[in-house]
Amino acid sequence: MKTTYKFGLLALLAFAISAFTVINNFKSSDEDGYKIGDKATDFKLKNIDDTYVSLSDYKDAKGFIVVFTCNHCPFSVAYEDRIIALDKEFKSKGYPVIAINPNNPAKYPSDNFENMKIRAKEKGFTFPYLVDEGQHIFPQYGATKTPHVYILEKSASDFIVKYIGTLDNNYQDAAKVDKYYVKDAVNALLDGTEIPVKETKAIGCSIKV
Amino acid sequence: MISIKENHPVLLNMKISYLNIFILFIIGCKQPSQKAEEKIVNSKTTTIEVLDYSELAHHLEKQNDTTYVINFWATWCKPCVEELPAFEKMHAEIGSKKQKLLLVSLDFPNQIEKQLIPFIKKRNLQPEVIVLSDPDTNTWIPKVSPEWSGAIPATLVYNKNKKLFFEESFDYNKLQNTLKQF
Repeated sequence: MKTTYKFGLLALLAFAISAFTVINNFKSSDEDGYKIGDKATDFKLKNIDDTYVSLSDYKDAKGFIVVFTCNHCPFSVAYEDRIIALDKEFKSKGYPVIAINPNNPAKYPSDNFENMKIRAKEKGFTFPYLVDEGQHIFPQYGATKTPHVYILEKSASDFIVKYIGTLDNNYQDAAKVDKYYVKDAVNALLDGTEIPVKETKAIGCSIKV
Repeated sequence: MISIKENHPVLLNMKISYLNIFILFIIGCKQPSQKAEEKIVNSKTTTIEVLDYSELAHHLEKQNDTTYVINFWATWCKPCVEELPAFEKMHAEIGSKKQKLLLVSLDFPNQIEKQLIPFIKKRNLQPEVIVLSDPDTNTWIPKVSPEWSGAIPATLVYNKNKKLFFEESFDYNKLQNTLKQF
């Protein structure tokens, strides 16, 4: 009797633990992360020049184009030139690009810090390329893949999420794009008009944890 | 035989460069038949269809007694390749079970000849592989599943009564447990 009771308790405990795990797994999928209008966290992440970068460093910025990206993912690579072009177009207007590599370098050595430096130099990145050391930032944003863009608008000391998604509607060929989601969103923010499309989906490489 | 379907204008544009070069190389001056809307490239073992979403859609909504497993992957996607053995094993064990596996590759059009076909041949990959080449992802990703953020690997398991979507990796046991629910 006593043994049965103990066993029952153990089973209950096991059940409770597994239930908790299931809930946690569930939460860590797309339930977490920012929605449009949420306040985004600032961060202090290491840049490829070995300095640390925070959003609050940019006193004059009106906002940011935060791009979770990496070295190895072909979708990220396909967008590199377009990310550089975004920075060139919008940095002077108050919306600089901040690139963050969220991948675990142990899982993907081509995404390690040294290779980030090499890739940034090869491509001539004009923006910070930060490493999400310990992978604490991307889950808060809710990024699931690379590339994954968050446009933030500065409001007093807060950073408000205004757009989540992909850069445009053709990852294969920049010449065939006819919907410039990120450009249109930043231009709308600069003009003080409604952002035409606030959320989009795109294929990307799952973030390696 | 490798047959690459070319009946969509977007696809036609995208593939024109590598296909033209390859076809010219293989068949010399012979004009591919326009009537067939299909360009046939010489090879002995592999057939790859390249579809846009409208052409893929019917694979995702069949109404019969079979359970379909649709895995979205790419040769360069490490976790996708890591989970392939589970799908290969499932495929090998289908036998008389009413199950069907389809591997939907998201390899870029210019990677099909250089990467995808050599990968299939080297691995002797048995399940059917088709290429989904449709750049307007924002339109078709939510149609595959509203739950999909767009990251791969991703897998859809469905029959006429039920549909489950997973934006995560599988191992063999998890795949079997999932199939038991159908």
